[in-house]
Amino acid sequence: MTDTVKIKIDGIEVKLEKNASILDAAKQLNIKIPTLCHHEDLCVAGNCRVCVVEQEGVHNLVPSCSTPALDGMIIHTMTPKVRKARKDLIALLVSEHNTQCTTCYRSKNCELQDLAAEYNIDNEVYLSVLKPSKVDRSSWSIEKDDSKCIRCQRCVRTCAELQHVNALDVAYRGKDMKISTFMDLHMNEVVCVNCGQCIIHCPTGALTERRYYDNIWDAIGDPKKHVIINTAPSVRVALGETLGFPVGTRVTKKMVTALKKIGFDAVLDTDFAADVTILEEGHELLHRLKRVFVDKEKVSLPMITSCSPGWVKFIEHMYPNYLSHLSTCKSPQQMFGALAKTYYAKKKGIDPKDIVSVAGMPCSAKKYEANRPEMKSSGYNDVDAGLTTREIGHMIKETGVDFLSLEETEFDSLMGESSGAGVIFGATGGVMEAALRTVYEVVTGREVPFKNLNITPVRGLKGVKEATIKIENCVPAFSFLEGVELKIAIAHGLINARIVMDQVEKGTSPYHFIEIMACPGGCIGGGGQPIPTNCEIRQKRIDAIYEEDANMPVRKSHEVKEVQELYRDFLKEPLGQKSHHLLHTKYTKRNRY
Amino acid sequence: MQSKLKRVDFIFSSNEESKKVLLKTFRKTREEILDELITSRLKGRGGAGFSTGMKWKFAKSEVADQKYIICNADEGEPGTFKDRKILDKALFKVLGGMAIAGKVVGANKGFIYLRGEYKFLVPQLKEGISDFHKLLKNELDFDFNIEIFLGSGSYICGEETALIESMEGKRGEPRNKPPFPTQYGYLGKPTVVNNVETLALVMMVCQVEAENFKKLGIHDSTGSKLFSISGDTPKSGIYELEFGMSLIDFVEEFGDGDTKSVQVGGASGFCVPRKKFETTTIGYKEDLDGDSLPTGGSMMLFNSSRSMYNVLHNYLEFFTNESCGQCTPCRIGCQQLLKGIKAIKRGDKSEEYLKQLLELTDTMKLTSKCGLGQSVANSFSSIVENFREEMIY
Ligand SMILES: Cc1cc2nc3c(=O)[nH]c(=O)nc-3n(C[C@H](O)[C@H](O)[C@H](O)COP(=O)(O)O)c2cc1C
Ligand code: SF4
Ligand code: SF4
Ligand code: SF4
Ligand code: SF4
Ligand code: FES
Repeated sequence: MTDTVKIKIDGIEVKLEKNASILDAAKQLNIKIPTLCHHEDLCVAGNCRVCVVEQEGVHNLVPSCSTPALDGMIIHTMTPKVRKARKDLIALLVSEHNTQCTTCYRSKNCELQDLAAEYNIDNEVYLSVLKPSKVDRSSWSIEKDDSKCIRCQRCVRTCAELQHVNALDVAYRGKDMKISTFMDLHMNEVVCVNCGQCIIHCPTGALTERRYYDNIWDAIGDPKKHVIINTAPSVRVALGETLGFPVGTRVTKKMVTALKKIGFDAVLDTDFAADVTILEEGHELLHRLKRVFVDKEKVSLPMITSCSPGWVKFIEHMYPNYLSHLSTCKSPQQMFGALAKTYYAKKKGIDPKDIVSVAGMPCSAKKYEANRPEMKSSGYNDVDAGLTTREIGHMIKETGVDFLSLEETEFDSLMGESSGAGVIFGATGGVMEAALRTVYEVVTGREVPFKNLNITPVRGLKGVKEATIKIENCVPAFSFLEGVELKIAIAHGLINARIVMDQVEKGTSPYHFIEIMACPGGCIGGGGQPIPTNCEIRQKRIDAIYEEDANMPVRKSHEVKEVQELYRDFLKEPLGQKSHHLLHTKYTKRNRY
Repeated sequence: MQSKLKRVDFIFSSNEESKKVLLKTFRKTREEILDELITSRLKGRGGAGFSTGMKWKFAKSEVADQKYIICNADEGEPGTFKDRKILDKALFKVLGGMAIAGKVVGANKGFIYLRGEYKFLVPQLKEGISDFHKLLKNELDFDFNIEIFLGSGSYICGEETALIESMEGKRGEPRNKPPFPTQYGYLGKPTVVNNVETLALVMMVCQVEAENFKKLGIHDSTGSKLFSISGDTPKSGIYELEFGMSLIDFVEEFGDGDTKSVQVGGASGFCVPRKKFETTTIGYKEDLDGDSLPTGGSMMLFNSSRSMYNVLHNYLEFFTNESCGQCTPCRIGCQQLLKGIKAIKRGDKSEEYLKQLLELTDTMKLTSKCGLGQSVANSFSSIVENFREEMIY
């Protein structure tokens, strides 16, 4: 038996790895076969059937996504028989669909719309079999509209295979079959962690983020309001995709210009808060280590990061007895919000009640996070609205500016300065790397021993990454760490979070510090990012993040001037009283269903 | 008048004889048994009509630490209850067939996937299985364990891969094929799924031997077949008849003198109108391409008082509800067919629309994932083409 097979597609012979599908073979030849239920990130479903092709010697058509290429197969991808069947299938999907492209949020970014247009579907052929349904807007983050669902089950597979949450499942049979939740409960009543992975894997407008940007337009129009926006690191490496730039283009400064044109009074940087997070979280880690090594107390280790609100809700549901492992630090978004309505307001002399604080995020869970009841430590809603990268893209389009040729502008100050360490928060491993750049230096007085500060072992798309860093020649205050091998791990995508958490649950976790991000690839692969997503796209955004970092004049959080100023003038010290009040939080045990 | 149909009395014959057959068969080698089975041309009685010997051969050739034999007793086709009767009256033959399958393919675990509604049979099945286990152990020294799995009560779970999914605790949705169950079945292991009747007939082949088995029936349709006869007939019930009978003979014996059509193979089968009785033979052969006819054996007779529109309407309603709903052509196609014939009947769509619907059944046949969606075309086109006026007026 050989490891390769040879098949013929549309007259061209192609050699393939064993177990490859006919669809893979076609891709290799640059032959496009339409697909709907297929997604590279997910296992094969084979239920939409639009990818059917003709196999010589077989009467029925075969689905190319789920049919393995076998030696000697002869395939035709575009015969009249194939075309007719495909067109019929798309027409059927349309007949079950609430076609509203003029008002649909996914219009021009919808796989069904594209296919229906390509095949010029006649909407009159079939009778409508659309079922009455109500849009579920119960969740702060996710909007579910069954009338636009094509039942491809990509969301179900996403929630199960990538996230292991299983909030969505198939319910009922036959004509009533639909995507539902446990006992048909509303989205805000189930285990859904709001990560939005289902949204970015959905081919249509059936799953979208709850959108709040109309409110922001209103606030901007109100002269009494001081409307500020801070943008997360991953937004700047992905926003361009919605506005005509190739994947992986850094558009940081154009983005700032565009946001100013929209009318934000100040365009600030979440990275600033990310740098603050590093100082708080880094010291929290050192504090925990000290209590373990010196005071011999029983303190929960490993400590686990808490910047990803999807991950936080996940642990609250799935491992509610291990919440003490979570860092008490709020996420950068929430730190930013709390500081905006206290420190920023004071320094700028603006009444915090007039500040509208907006967060531009790669994430849908951030919308939920902003509305958690504990996120009011400034005395107001610390964050008034979380917008996704996609929503920002829409706002920019509405202004009519030509984004491609826009001039470049720097972030505003205060809270607009940041380091490369803050930028890499956007990629899996980034928080860990940023923390190590600071913690190592605090403990030893020297820079981390990696070339150009690039801690490469924590980078990349492997599901769970681990590393060990030996601490030597400590400064006196941290002599208790002398010779300690700091063990760290990084997981992204909640299925991988499970792996490291199961160790914690069993008591076998060897680590001191773990970074967990809910989304595959970290925030660059977040549920609020431009659609589509796949491994290649995530990698390009990651590359852009590290490029951005490499080009920053300051690469370490503790060296950012505005951050130093914040501590000098306001917070006094990491983990101090003000920090505790504004920048740290607590968690809630939740049910598993 | 002398009946032209040949009655067979194997399946419900004495179980004492069956025990001797089993002991005799176990003295043969796996290869000998397999040869016998392939030579007999026994075909699965669950509907798809796949060669039982070949299926076992595929499973036998797989290398795996564990293999399974599953007896498909889901029997979801409305109006069919032959499998229930076999389990009730001829359990030993079914268990014998399973054990022989176990020996041939190298499996030591078997399941009976029992339709939920047949729960009342469980106590007596358990007793029979327990006695059978003793026999295997004491007289054959063969390690083979049979368990009952109670189905969830949906028609689609009779489809072998949906059945396996359901046994694994998942939603009963058919899988992509390939891989076939013989390669990747229950828990990912090579699995033989056979209909209740098929397994009982394995015992018949072993008893009378392939050459004699083949003397019954014609061409590729060998042996006997159980028919569930219902509808407008004075003699409804279950009959074991020689395979390959002519439909005209059948109607002569079972009709009420006014038979206008016979639905062969249930909702997913074909409707044969009176003018074609003469030329139609029941079996896997030209007229009936036998391709994916789920749960074979249902024969429903309709007399001239019946509206074929209503018949079709009922079938389509059945499919619209019983499709698992995962794949586009079947989920939506069934709804369109049902809605379409209603619209034509009401006059909302012109009769030309029937052509569109017939084309739709082509698409469904060509692209559906499993036998359910693929076979809706059978009843639809055979009824619409033969009783067009009844659809319109
Ligand atoms: C929708 C559908 C329902 C089916 N239901 C049954 C059933 O109830 N019993 C059965 O034996 N086979 C049923 N089958 C056929 C099985 O998939 C499978 O082919 C059969 O169990 C194999 O056994 P055989 O080779 O002995 O016929 C069904 C197939 C389809 C597509
Ligand atoms: S989901 Fe797609 S096809 Fe449906 S209305 Fe929206 S854009 Fe149009
Ligand atoms: S948002 Fe995340 S957790 Fe919620 S349903 Fe979607 S994939 Fe599942
Ligand atoms: S919600 Fe979207 S991803 Fe889920 S089944 Fe419907 S169309 Fe597919
Ligand atoms: S053909 Fe019908 S029953 Fe079969 S998989 Fe498709 S939807 Fe389910
Ligand atoms: S893409 Fe192949 S069946 Fe959906």
